[in-house]
Amino acid sequence: MIALLRRDLALSIRAGGGFGLGLAFFLILCVLVPFGVGPMPALLASIAPGILWVGALLAALLSLDRIFQLDFEDGTLEVLATAPLPLEGVALTKALAHWITTGLPLTMVAAPLGLLLNLPVEAVPALVLGLALGTPALSVIGAFAAALTVGLKRGGLLISLLVLPLYMPTLLYGADAARRGASGLDPSTPLLLLAGISAASVALIPFAAAAALRMNLR
Amino acid sequence: MRKPMEFSVEDVACRRGELTVLSGVAFTVRSGQALVLRGPNGSGKTTLLRCLAGLTPPVAGHIGFTADQVAYTGHADALKAQLTVAETLRFWAQVFGVPEIDQAVTQFALTPLLGRRIDTLSAGQRRRVSLARLLLSGRPIWALDEPTVSLDTDAVIQFAAAVTAHLDSGGAAIIATHIDLGLAGARTLDVTPFRAQADQTDDPFLSEGTL
Repeated sequence: MIALLRRDLALSIRAGGGFGLGLAFFLILCVLVPFGVGPMPALLASIAPGILWVGALLAALLSLDRIFQLDFEDGTLEVLATAPLPLEGVALTKALAHWITTGLPLTMVAAPLGLLLNLPVEAVPALVLGLALGTPALSVIGAFAAALTVGLKRGGLLISLLVLPLYMPTLLYGADAARRGASGLDPSTPLLLLAGISAASVALIPFAAAAALRMNLR
Repeated sequence: MRKPMEFSVEDVACRRGELTVLSGVAFTVRSGQALVLRGPNGSGKTTLLRCLAGLTPPVAGHIGFTADQVAYTGHADALKAQLTVAETLRFWAQVFGVPEIDQAVTQFALTPLLGRRIDTLSAGQRRRVSLARLLLSGRPIWALDEPTVSLDTDAVIQFAAAVTAHLDSGGAAIIATHIDLGLAGARTLDVTPFRAQADQTDDPFLSEGTL
């Protein structure tokens, strides 16, 4: 599994890899929104948590179809399926690689970009902690949707449709935690719920993803 | 040297998608033996190999070995253009839990290519890297689907030598191929008689006997 993780990370940072795609999208969004909203710092501050979370979610969505599609097309997935590694482990590892290349960098740049959106400084810990706790769920749920659509040409649209309702709880609690932080309330309840969603997703979804992969490899 | 084993398949039916392609397939391969699958395009050789490799469960029948005894190589090379040959082989060695790659490298004459990226290799060279993975898997049965596609004559001889070495060390091989690999003592199994009845007539090329 470590070998697979290392290979996936190496592939993502080399030419043609997906690293930076989500990050660039997130950066562009956070730079453009203040211009779109206009000179209203108070309004910007109040919508900043939502913008940051929607941005993170869409950035994660952007690279989901690459999780299995490339390996499926060149036959690697078949060999992995016949390898001693369980497919559940493959699915979890690939979701982890996706998180390291999208969720983790998003979490790290969220604080400076929050300032760009006039997010109150008090909200930054809740925002960053929320992203750290919530983005693993985005990657694992996304890996499941990617596994379901792996054999389809242009499965990206279907992935978005499948994933959006499943992303909703993460978005709600994530944005809520940041908003509570901004208004000086205790953000621990939504943060705990986020952690719960991520823990349940990481524990259960690899099995569903592996089942979907087996079905699609037949 | 592995201990001698016998791998048998009894009355197996396998399907591709929703379609049952083959039924009643039965054969036995012993250690040191190669079984060559023959049959026209679309006759179900790939389906049978995927079934043996555990990618598609059989619809009926009994396979007398487990999928983790089978090393499968399909039509696709399963290589990543951005990785070097050495990285690729080390990755698969780790996946299959093998400590070193030297034997596979020398067997397929990959030493001069080790530092090259896969996307700078020719189709035949890629094929050799992909076949080297078979050795890394350390599994007794090699299930090979058209392994010699895009190999030149020398590479085919090299490949046949690798298969022979595998057979001599007590392994077995099931190979779908159209060319003669010159394997000593290889048996041939024509899959055409096992085609499932329902499917017999929907391919005009096969039903008219034009092949």
